[in-house]
Amino acid sequence: MTNVTENATEPDFQDDGLEADHTEIAEERARRQRRALIATAAVVIGFAVMWIVATTMSGTIPSIFASVLRSAIEPQTAAVAIAVIGLNIHFGFTGLLNIGQAGFMLLGAYGFAIAITRDVPLLFAVLIGLAAASAFALLLGLPTLKLRGDYLAIVTISAAEIIRYVGRLSQLTPVTGGSQGLPGSQYRDPFVNLSFFGDGTTTIGPFSYQNTGVNGWWIRFVAWLLVGICCVLVYFLVRSPWGRLLRGIREDEEAMRSLGKNVFAVKMQALVIGGALGALGGIMYVLPSSVQADSMGRTLTFFIWTALLLGGAATIFGPVLGTILFFSVRILIRGITGAVVPPEILNTQQSDQFSWVVVGVILMLLVIFRPQGILGNKRELQFNA
Amino acid sequence: MPESITRSPNAVDNPYADPAARRALTDGIAAEPGVAKPDPILVVDNIVRKFGGMTAVDVDHLEVQKGIITALIGPNGAGKTTFFNLITGFDRPTSAPTRFKRPENAATWSFEGSELGSTSASNVARAGMVRTFQLTKSLNRMTVMENMMLGAREQSGENLLTCWLRPTWAKEEREAEAKAKELLARFKLLRKKDDYAGSLSGGQRKLLEMARALMTDPTMIMLDEPMAGVNPALTQSLLGHIQSLRDEGTTVLFVEHDMHMVRHISDWVVVMAEGRVIAEGRAEVVMSDPAVIDAYLGAHHDTDLGDETLQEDTVAPQPTSEENPT
Repeated sequence: MTNVTENATEPDFQDDGLEADHTEIAEERARRQRRALIATAAVVIGFAVMWIVATTMSGTIPSIFASVLRSAIEPQTAAVAIAVIGLNIHFGFTGLLNIGQAGFMLLGAYGFAIAITRDVPLLFAVLIGLAAASAFALLLGLPTLKLRGDYLAIVTISAAEIIRYVGRLSQLTPVTGGSQGLPGSQYRDPFVNLSFFGDGTTTIGPFSYQNTGVNGWWIRFVAWLLVGICCVLVYFLVRSPWGRLLRGIREDEEAMRSLGKNVFAVKMQALVIGGALGALGGIMYVLPSSVQADSMGRTLTFFIWTALLLGGAATIFGPVLGTILFFSVRILIRGITGAVVPPEILNTQQSDQFSWVVVGVILMLLVIFRPQGILGNKRELQFNA
Repeated sequence: MPESITRSPNAVDNPYADPAARRALTDGIAAEPGVAKPDPILVVDNIVRKFGGMTAVDVDHLEVQKGIITALIGPNGAGKTTFFNLITGFDRPTSAPTRFKRPENAATWSFEGSELGSTSASNVARAGMVRTFQLTKSLNRMTVMENMMLGAREQSGENLLTCWLRPTWAKEEREAEAKAKELLARFKLLRKKDDYAGSLSGGQRKLLEMARALMTDPTMIMLDEPMAGVNPALTQSLLGHIQSLRDEGTTVLFVEHDMHMVRHISDWVVVMAEGRVIAEGRAEVVMSDPAVIDAYLGAHHDTDLGDETLQEDTVAPQPTSEENPT
């Protein structure tokens, strides 16, 4: 390799039009970054306005805004964001169609919670949760990753359902709690006891939570810290030659094979990493509530997919932005519907359902008019692979 | 055309760089199907591939001589591409031995003396036998440069455990990038290096694929219709590149329908028809073989093809070129 660079005479760079092309490409890139920045800024400003309204005024609208802001920083929003980051490794970068991300979450949650109830230390319990999801990924990947992508989709969606049904089995009630699930009080304590936030309640703007508590500042702090760590992790992974392999596999596996790359091993690595992130999300998801098989079923998988497409697949920050928007915009729609439409036409329950309908319509519009999501790169989606 | 061509680290001084030496070599080989070569790089035996009841490939014995350019020609459906797929590990011969059963006349094929029978496509490529595809496989939603970088071999940055430590692979990356730029300059793609591969024309993708294959420093490169869709002027310079590859020691095996090209650059020609090797020999010998004329060239092939005076006429229509919309 070394003598290549030393002996190489400068190749012919004086190709006409080279300069022009470069500035054009640089401009295009700058424009894209600007657009992403504007989108992010718009979201941030929107939240800031809501914050000001919620804290300075009183009435229905400010209280709706307050609940929107609260749902945006909810620990479960962070938990789903982590799972979306995992799915982004699968789908966004590697092109693996995993339609069972909630299954990975559920498995992680079960592994963690059951280990804690058996008096396993916290750290090991988390590792058991991650290991369970990794083993699940290996199991699903071994037979399917050599086949065409569709098969992984079929297998993951059904395997996730199998996990859910097994978890609900009444015969397993002593272990998984059956359909009742495991209440949070059985496994939450080691995590809550780690808190150095102390007792009492802190109020910041519209947010007023216990410092530690079951669902307070401590879990929010840890959950969003983990989201940040996961983003950094993914950044380092996908900017490396390994990340380039992932995108190469997304584009054409056979071409990668013809270049001597071990496609199967790389796909397996991606599946395991994304699945483990899903499990981590699952653990965070159940910490403030309880492990219930039915709360992590197909619906959650589809939320995860929606959040990914909304934020922009194959981007670093898209999954996080997408998840926050997905959960907060729905609360906003529900609140406004409830406030504007008289209860004779839509009662509270119906306006909740209506909000899902609107979310669905928004998703359709998004896929038609901005298929790359908010932060995504349209040119990465433009060409038919 | 820049003559400062990247010499791959495994480039050797090829004794067959000298035309007289090639002439002497090919004179010494009988022009008959399945003939033995003095120094074969690839030896295949009993390769049979059946699709249902149809036998696509049935090659008893074939040797590819090291250090020269071998052309594989034949009519459509002769099994040339299937043959490529079989020996590069993208497909398995029907006659290949399985773990439980070793059929009589089991398929065996070896590259540089090592058996390839149960080697995966990626391992075949790593062993040094790299191919391109008839239907170009450029990685469309990645830039041209990223496409090239994927070709580089043994990158420590492709290891999951160390990939997040940039210093461990930054140097390799710079070296690979310098090499990629040189190859791109050679194939007139340098100014496109930051474009998405999907925005290139069909012919340019073909060039990109060839350049990417060269990034792997192959000992033997297998080109499946390299000239289809490439404009005549570029075809000329590509022929030069392929010849200089040979002169640096890379063995070339290519499938092509353009008889100009076959006649112009190939040192040895293998003709396939209906899955079998029907003739072998130097281009002029093979092209006057009645069996080849009958099966492939047609009786009037000499009137508009293969004429030496036409070789300069680069705007002559190429019968096999695909028209590319871009």
